[in-house]
Amino acid sequence: MNNSLGSTSTDGRPPALSIRGLSKHFGEKIAVNSIDLDVPAGSFYGLVGPNGAGKTTSLSMATGLLRPDAGQVWVHGVDVWQNPLESKRLMGLLPDGVRLFDRLTGEQLVTYAGLLRGMDKDTVAERVKDLLTALDLGKDAGTLVVDYSAGMTKKIALASALIHAPSLLVLDEPFESVDPVSAANIRDILHNYVNSGGTVIVSSHVMDLVQRMCDHVAVIAAGRVLAAGTVDEVRGEMSLEDKFVELVGGRNQATGLQWLRTS
Amino acid sequence: MVAHLLRLKLALLRNSLKRSPWQLVGLIFAALYGLGVLGMLLVGLGFAGSVGDAGFVGTMIVLSGSALLLGWLIIPVLASGLDMTLDPARFVTYSIPMKQLLAGLALSSFIGVPGVVTLVAAMGTAVGWWRYPGAAVAAVLCGALGALTCIIASRAITAASTSLASSRRFKDVSGIIVLVPLMLMGPIIAGVSSGISDFSVYLPRLATTIAWTPLGAVWAIPADIAVGAWGPAGLKLLIALATLAVLTWVWKLCLVRALVTPAFSGGGRRTAGKLGFFARFPQTPTGAVAARCLTYWFRDPRYSAGLLIAPLIPLVMVFGSSQAGGLEAVGPILSYAGAFAAFMVAWSISADISYDNTAFALHLATGVSGKADRSGRVMAAAVLALPLGLLFAVTGSVVAGDWQIMPGALGLVLGATGAGLGLASVFSSRFTMVVPLPGESPMKSKPGNNFTTVLVQLAGFAGAGVLAAPIAVLAIIGAVTHLPLFTWLALAAGMGLGALYVFLGIRMGAEQYNKRGPELLQAVSVDR
Repeated sequence: MNNSLGSTSTDGRPPALSIRGLSKHFGEKIAVNSIDLDVPAGSFYGLVGPNGAGKTTSLSMATGLLRPDAGQVWVHGVDVWQNPLESKRLMGLLPDGVRLFDRLTGEQLVTYAGLLRGMDKDTVAERVKDLLTALDLGKDAGTLVVDYSAGMTKKIALASALIHAPSLLVLDEPFESVDPVSAANIRDILHNYVNSGGTVIVSSHVMDLVQRMCDHVAVIAAGRVLAAGTVDEVRGEMSLEDKFVELVGGRNQATGLQWLRTS
Repeated sequence: MVAHLLRLKLALLRNSLKRSPWQLVGLIFAALYGLGVLGMLLVGLGFAGSVGDAGFVGTMIVLSGSALLLGWLIIPVLASGLDMTLDPARFVTYSIPMKQLLAGLALSSFIGVPGVVTLVAAMGTAVGWWRYPGAAVAAVLCGALGALTCIIASRAITAASTSLASSRRFKDVSGIIVLVPLMLMGPIIAGVSSGISDFSVYLPRLATTIAWTPLGAVWAIPADIAVGAWGPAGLKLLIALATLAVLTWVWKLCLVRALVTPAFSGGGRRTAGKLGFFARFPQTPTGAVAARCLTYWFRDPRYSAGLLIAPLIPLVMVFGSSQAGGLEAVGPILSYAGAFAAFMVAWSISADISYDNTAFALHLATGVSGKADRSGRVMAAAVLALPLGLLFAVTGSVVAGDWQIMPGALGLVLGATGAGLGLASVFSSRFTMVVPLPGESPMKSKPGNNFTTVLVQLAGFAGAGVLAAPIAVLAIIGAVTHLPLFTWLALAAGMGLGALYVFLGIRMGAEQYNKRGPELLQAVSVDR
């Protein structure tokens, strides 16, 4: 229904996520200032930006958690704010900075996420088992989520986002406080998922990670998209980190903290 | 090492005085107060020792000594962090031999107004025995022993509760448990005082009993010596020493644990396979919501506190009415008050989304329909509210020996539950309230509990009153006229109206929910 939208994918599929003129302000502060973004289907898309750039706000609006002041969002051509139920079926979401139902055990929480999506119990049970094993949570499946470490909490939230095999996965800061081994496991899972045709959007402020992991990237600062495209297009000759600093600015060049030395 | 700890405590005390003159003023006032108490106590004891016989003095000392020990046991638990200047956790990084640490901590506890007053008062009980020199000498020794027991007891219970408090489950439970005695305070005091018609008979008997318990043994020894009962005195000394030994052992055990375990530790690891309520409810979105909510009713102290209080409300009401209306009123009140208890449980879900806090994002992200969300929450609350109400209705009828009031009471339970669930379903999809956050104590009152919250509560109670009125009228007519027709009509009306209220509530609530989901999430996100 929205084939007229500027699609950057080569195979004629509508973009996995398409954002037009999305805006949000909280009181006086403009958090997101009319952004446009196309995430091609089958891409591994990184969303980078400094703290408070509007990443989480944009992703919340794109996934139907936060009502935008203006603008539209389509997921695989389905308008998120016109057809919320249909679009949410296509998406898996790992929000940042929200609580979980942490008085459930890990196993119960993932099961809950599956059942809420209307899946049948046998499929849910099977996938919960697979997910917990893949994310190395099998031994803590019966522990209450409130007793989990920060990294384990991220992983169980990721499992809840994956249970219904969505075609678009939106992950807000998925690697925060996750140990290196688990992070590598998660990266493998995500790469397999993209190779099988899924689309992943991750927000992060670890440039190095995004440069290695993603094929597309958008730089967001002060509620605007400063650059978007494939990672190579955006970074050019520089590393993504240097390009990011060049785009965003704000490096302190002063030679402060003179006293901070050992001799 | 012991001397070091004592000096440390004194240094800490001195430094705290330097920090602000008000600390000094506070200490002076506390000291004056303590001196005043001591003076009155010693004069009183001397007077009692002059006019009363050994039995009277003994009774007095045993009772007040036991109360003192009880105070040292209870107060640190209620006012946690009362005196943590020498918190054992701070000695973790130093390697201090356990024996010396124990001795140092115990002795340093005497430094400070409560410690000094306790010691002097306990040893000062000798004044009461001035006519019995043997008993007086024993009283000095036993007083020292008693004061030490007080200190060790409070140290042991603090250590035990801190090592327990690092487990989340204990924190959850202890927050709720304090609620129960608070709720029942009125009835208990009234019951005890009305049960005891003659204190002069009751108190000596109480003292004799307590004297054989760890609480009172140490205080009772001088009294036995005074009358020459050496056997009982010896036995009580054994009890007192054993008490001290056990307390020290408990303290040492907890201290050893506290010194090697980190400040917070969760429960053990458990593997998969226990789905709890999720396995028992229909495996649909509605069933899942119900299973999740029911799990929370039992695991989240904010819910379980409500669940614990609800059944106490009828009991308090019954108590009040039995004072006013005599014993005949107990049965009917009990059966009708069940409706109130059921309503309290049902109405709790009016704060459901506020209790979810941002975890509610999962419902929004999964796109669960308003109908499934509303009916799941209703189902969980109904599973608890209805049996509770029915239990009271039936028990009340049994107590009253009058089966005719039962249909009316049952109708009221059904109607009130239905009204509560229906109204809560609508209100909670429209308004969020300021409530304790997940993991906080249910007792915690939040600042900024705003006008809307109060208004919602009032509207809910008033609304439920109006909705349940027709059934109440029928039940009352039935009870007054003794015409079975009306009580059965009340039952029918309760069933019909209750179901209707729930149906309408879920429908209207679901409509709101579908429209305002993101706004609800944003409203609860403000407070996290």
